[in-house]
Amino acid sequence: MLYREVGQFKTSYAADQAIFPIAQDRWFVIGVLLFAFLVVPFFITPYMANAILLPFLVFGLAALGLNILTGYCGQLSLGTAAFMGVGAYSSFKLMVLFPELNLVIVFLLAGLITAAVGMVFGLPSLRIKGFYLAVATLAAQFFLVWLFYKWDWLRDYSLTGQITVPPSDFLGVPMTGSRADPAAKYLLALAMVTVLALGAKNLVRGRFGRSWMAIRDMDVAAELMGIRPLAAKLSAFGVSSFYVGVAGAMMFTLWLGAAEGGDSFGIQTSFLVLFMIIIGGLGTVLGSFLGAAFLVLMPIVLKNTMVDMLGMTTVFAKHLEYVVMGVLIIGFLILEPHGLARLWQIAKEKLRLWPFPY
Amino acid sequence: MLFFVETVISGLLAGVMYSLVALGFVLIFKASGVFNFAQGVMALFAGLTLAGFLSGTVPFTHQINPALAMPPWLAILATVGVMILLAILIERLVLRHLINQEPIILFMMTLGLAYVLEGAGDLLWGSDVKVLDLGLPSGASDWLLDNYGLYVDKLEVVAAVVAAVLVAVLAIFFQRTRIGRALRAVADDHQAALSVGISLNTIWAIVWAAAGIVALVAGIMWGAKSGIQFSLSLIALKALPVLILGGFDSVPGAIVGGLIIGVGEKVAEVYLGPFVGGAIENWFAYMLALAFLLVRPEGLFGEKIIRRV
Amino acid sequence: MPRFRLMKPATTAALAVMAAGTAGAYELVIPALDFRTGPYAPNGIPFANGYADYFTMLNERDGGLCLKEGECAKFKIVHCETEYNTQKGVECYEKTKGEPPSGGLVYQPLSTGITYQLIPKASVDEIPVFSMGYGRTSATNGRVFKWIFNPPATYWSQASALIKYIGDREGGIENLKGKKIHLLYHNSAYGREPIRTLEALAKKHGFEFNGIAVDHPGQEQKSAWLRIRRERPDWVLMWGWGVMNQVAIKEAVSIRYPMDRFIGVWWSGSENDVRPSGEAAKGYLSGTFHARGADFPAHRDIIKYVYDGGKAVDPAFKDRVGEVLYNRGLVAAMWTTEAIRTAMKMHNTIEVRGKHVRDGFENLDVDEARLKELGLEGFTIPVKITCENHEGPGKVAIQQWDGKSWNIVSEGYYEPDREVVNRLIKEDSEKYAKDNNITPRDC
Repeated sequence: MLYREVGQFKTSYAADQAIFPIAQDRWFVIGVLLFAFLVVPFFITPYMANAILLPFLVFGLAALGLNILTGYCGQLSLGTAAFMGVGAYSSFKLMVLFPELNLVIVFLLAGLITAAVGMVFGLPSLRIKGFYLAVATLAAQFFLVWLFYKWDWLRDYSLTGQITVPPSDFLGVPMTGSRADPAAKYLLALAMVTVLALGAKNLVRGRFGRSWMAIRDMDVAAELMGIRPLAAKLSAFGVSSFYVGVAGAMMFTLWLGAAEGGDSFGIQTSFLVLFMIIIGGLGTVLGSFLGAAFLVLMPIVLKNTMVDMLGMTTVFAKHLEYVVMGVLIIGFLILEPHGLARLWQIAKEKLRLWPFPY
Repeated sequence: MLFFVETVISGLLAGVMYSLVALGFVLIFKASGVFNFAQGVMALFAGLTLAGFLSGTVPFTHQINPALAMPPWLAILATVGVMILLAILIERLVLRHLINQEPIILFMMTLGLAYVLEGAGDLLWGSDVKVLDLGLPSGASDWLLDNYGLYVDKLEVVAAVVAAVLVAVLAIFFQRTRIGRALRAVADDHQAALSVGISLNTIWAIVWAAAGIVALVAGIMWGAKSGIQFSLSLIALKALPVLILGGFDSVPGAIVGGLIIGVGEKVAEVYLGPFVGGAIENWFAYMLALAFLLVRPEGLFGEKIIRRV
Repeated sequence: MPRFRLMKPATTAALAVMAAGTAGAYELVIPALDFRTGPYAPNGIPFANGYADYFTMLNERDGGLCLKEGECAKFKIVHCETEYNTQKGVECYEKTKGEPPSGGLVYQPLSTGITYQLIPKASVDEIPVFSMGYGRTSATNGRVFKWIFNPPATYWSQASALIKYIGDREGGIENLKGKKIHLLYHNSAYGREPIRTLEALAKKHGFEFNGIAVDHPGQEQKSAWLRIRRERPDWVLMWGWGVMNQVAIKEAVSIRYPMDRFIGVWWSGSENDVRPSGEAAKGYLSGTFHARGADFPAHRDIIKYVYDGGKAVDPAFKDRVGEVLYNRGLVAAMWTTEAIRTAMKMHNTIEVRGKHVRDGFENLDVDEARLKELGLEGFTIPVKITCENHEGPGKVAIQQWDGKSWNIVSEGYYEPDREVVNRLIKEDSEKYAKDNNITPRDC
């Protein structure tokens, strides 16, 4: 009833090929974006920005990047956090070397640097497959984190092992450092994520996306059909790392403001992003964001319920939270292995008939 | 020269310690195709349970009641019982519902399982360091140190013996027993095994129980070094390069892989480390495994992946 | 009385307070960023207990913190679990900083990473950060870091004090020439802290310095100890954390390294670290800035009012009160309360806020006489903080494990090598000021 595409006729190829061919989808997305851009900034608090919205945007983007690699191209990677680190350290170094550089350009350059690094570490994927590849990407994870500590130049020779973001402006508005307004940070991050997500949505249904999916579904068959595995796999590694790198740069500059190799970009973060795409839905753009929202919000909701409402001690609540998270993950995999995006799909199909299913 | 020998021996023994963890991975992967990331946490959980039984800790309260303290043999038996129970629970509640899913889904399931066990271990036994006193020898072998100036850790020699016994038992179990043969049949072909009347569910419960017992052994050995504490779960990360080097589904691979990784990383750290700033062994192990993989993409002893269109 | 507690004692207390109708009285909000879970939980638990118990004891015994007779404000401890994880720490900070009525008064982040996160936020939110010896060392320079306090001694001060102690043991600092000193460090920002200081000191005193990194978590250190066995350093220093400590001490025992030439930083010198080795670790040394033991009047009050009164967060901890890390949490709480007390006096109100507490810290002066009044005579060093020097004394004592317990063995406290340390602090803080466009204030 609410979600009925009957009567929406396509009269041109362009309309048929639109990103959101169904009007309700289109209006829904536009509505969400308008709300996010025009309404949220007016009641944003530092808590909302730093604990919920910025983590959501950063992890959503990182999950999108990993989803391109794992969900679309079928290459399992456990080195996401290290690639976020490459983005973060590149952005730091760029900001130190060129203080006048526009922040968006810093993000894009950091993404490109990460893409280059990602493609180097993607080379073994031509020979190694499946879980063997996953474990091999851990080589990138450990090596890069080691390098972050080892290479003093990367940290601008700071006496401490930490990097701290230098203050900088974007279009005259302070964006990093202590003077930055949470709303400004949020808007910049949101704009970046929106543009990049639309880009990804287009990319995955174009030539690149189709070649990735062909490789994912069966690489030998894809090869026989004339898809070059080298080009397809490396482009997937490159694009994926670009997104992950931008996410890392935003994580460092906009969200955290300071970072340390193993602490912020350790293996647990890699797993977190992997969780996001599996819970959200492999091979969907929407799923990356749903998964990120779920895993950013879930611990906070659990904590607040158990500690503030039920009055448990923080430590008991934390241990219980582990159990609950684990059970939720397993439960999800059993009930809906295709993730939240699939649930969304089912909900939409139900909505077609609802409230009169017969 | 003597120092080089010492480094190699240390590497071999450290490798055996990694193999102990890797064995558990192999068992489960072989029989069910699940890449069980929770193996490290299972080692922690088994270690915590054992330490709890030994000291007489009352579950959930973290209070020690000496009257409940068990003698070591009983505590070990009880822990084995707990691990078997855990395996049955995992099979009943989880695996049974995930038949025929993609490998990545099963892998994620084990990550979820890791969360549950971590939380449960902490809830049951508390998150303090627990000393595991089973009377295992520790420290350098005096005889070698005094007479030959050679430093060999006694605990690791014990670990090597235990690993050898474990592999022998597993080999006999796989080759000679009825269940072992059923296990191999399942590993070869799930459907064919089902069609000749082997129950997949029973086999999986048995395999997970076996992996749980291997985890207990790994927990005891590693726990004797550092005390039982949360970090024990991170030993899984040291076992992964061993696994890919040896091949996910090969018991001898886990042992040989462990030895190669152990020696490789120790020699690299000691001789190469000082020139590049040290602490290279973690990533070096992975790089070494990666180098082997480029030549043999399914590990040294892994089953050859045949791809058909 | 159930020994095991799932629910916060505060909840029942709060209900009781509300029932009595006294709700609305001013309370001093103390956010406690604990880590009682995760790989570093064994270190986090005793500290968190010591920190919370001291405040609870004051609440129960004195009715909180009093400006004068009858004019008191109770402490309201807000626990938040960080798992020693920076991102969770930021969430905790944002969640607790506005807690009514007073807002978070001072943060004890208890992690290098979280401290770095809070440094820029502190000046904006006007909440001081008390990073007790850890975090950013150059925050000692109060002219640049107005809101950060790191008494009583930083890692750099400690490194130089340990070298002085070694000098004493070698029969004079000049005997260090040609000696070999190795540093075994946790490969993280924290573990790398002392390297520059030690390098500068090596140049000054002519000893040979070598760093050996151990990667997180540090369960496998065979190669590090093989190197130590081969290179036979005269002294080994350790900047370790978590499981790395226990393994390192076991390995040192194994290779028969003389334990009384093996010195840990103060995070490597607790009961947890030596327990797996037990008797064999006898002789192992570590830095500290407070005594261990529960024989002080303050501890007796804690047992009486907090544990026997059923108000403890972790009732099972009773037998362990007085452990090294417990006392470290306690001493942190003590300096914090004294800073708040000073703030109350300065502003003549019990309704203090973060910015007042900052003033309190900057004028903190806890001398021997005051320690005695607090029931902590001889427990720690006198601390006096000024606008310029946010570190205070920078002095360090040495304690030794005798197989059963930790005892302070150095005669008095060692002064840091101010010449070297201050130069490095000046260098780093001025760079920070320049990078962040901060004009150092006048003092």
